[in-house]
Amino acid sequence: MQSKKIDISLKIWRQEHPDAQGNFQHYSLSGISTDMSFLEMLDVLNEKLTLEGKEPVAFDHDCREGICGMCGAVVNGQPHGPEPGTTLCQLHMRHFRDGDQLVIEPFRARAFRIEKDLVVDRSSLDKIIQAGGYVSVNTGGAPEANTIPIAQKTAEQAMDAAACIGCGACVAACPNASAMLFVSAKVSQLALLPQGHPERRERALSMVGKMDELGFGNCSNERECEAACPKSISIRHIARLNREFIKAALFSE
Amino acid sequence: MLSLFLLVHGIGNSTTFFGSEAFNAYAEKLHSLGVLVQLFELGLLAVFLLHISLGLSLFLQNNQSRPVSYEVEKSSGGRTLGSRSMPYTGVVILIFLVVHLVNFHFTDHSIPISDIVKNVLRQPLYALFYISAMIVLALHISHGFWSLFQSLGLNHPKYNGTLRNGTLGAALLLSAVFILIPLCTLLIKKFLL
Repeated sequence: MQSKKIDISLKIWRQEHPDAQGNFQHYSLSGISTDMSFLEMLDVLNEKLTLEGKEPVAFDHDCREGICGMCGAVVNGQPHGPEPGTTLCQLHMRHFRDGDQLVIEPFRARAFRIEKDLVVDRSSLDKIIQAGGYVSVNTGGAPEANTIPIAQKTAEQAMDAAACIGCGACVAACPNASAMLFVSAKVSQLALLPQGHPERRERALSMVGKMDELGFGNCSNERECEAACPKSISIRHIARLNREFIKAALFSE
Repeated sequence: MLSLFLLVHGIGNSTTFFGSEAFNAYAEKLHSLGVLVQLFELGLLAVFLLHISLGLSLFLQNNQSRPVSYEVEKSSGGRTLGSRSMPYTGVVILIFLVVHLVNFHFTDHSIPISDIVKNVLRQPLYALFYISAMIVLALHISHGFWSLFQSLGLNHPKYNGTLRNGTLGAALLLSAVFILIPLCTLLIKKFLL
């Protein structure tokens, strides 16, 4: 594809600190290469702001390869922007047209505190992981890898769930700001494999309990999460979480 | 349980299409079950109250989960008209339910049920209200049926497509039956004679 230069206008949420009153600021950029990634476009904006002596826009990013889960903002109403199965860092400017206006907002949820501008505190997801506890593993030398047989299909499904990078887009996309897709992916990857079985019941109960406690909403099967997920994780995992939870709630000691 | 009730109610009401005799006979048969009917009604009431209170508490909790809303609201492609409007269609159905019960349940049962139906549904305003309420009901169950299975953990590539299509089919079929009854009563003089 031929690279082009486009002009875009930006409307970005600016907020000094968690308790400050935020508002939208307008910026315009010209001559943006369509080969640039979305974050590179923000880099260009920040360079410009810095040279003008203004405060650059704070945004989270790390690997810029779509695998770390650090980046993420809501672009024109969609977490990680309009491309399906793509993180914000892997979104490229060729998906936008000359003269487009982009509204960029932080992930919004009661459980996610805005730290500054587009940076949100997603440590509540870590707290859910902590509530999930541990898997029992024998000490000593590493066991032979093929000691426990696992069907190829099961391994694939567990891997699909483990593709979750914990970016929080599911929460941002959910009309109820629920973290069900995240929790279901984390519960599924362990529940599917024999290594995760000893603690599966407590894990399902305490992770769901923690999610509720932290102020995430409830799942009403709107299916926005799977549509927004940069790793295209299916809500089949939510069904599995529901099964795990129902079984644990009814039958655990 | 509510879905099953709706299905049975739909099948029962289809007897209207076979004339007043069939319909009255069906009502007679149902009422002859005696105390079973009362027990069933109580159970149904309990399930309805549970459904409403759970729905309401979820709605209130979910309303608080995002204190500042987005400037731009855009679906990523998951929501449907039905899923979006669940709490609101629910309220409309509740209002309908009250009117419906006043019309047909808490009324003089000395006249045959087919005449009660005709008395009510030959009034254009009532017929229109019933028809609109049934469109809303179709919207509510177009999300509700499938959602019920997903919440119980029943989602598998083998049958999820069938469940989704079946939900739409059931919503269309049920609302068609429920809409045809007031429509026919209003427009066709010979209906339920």
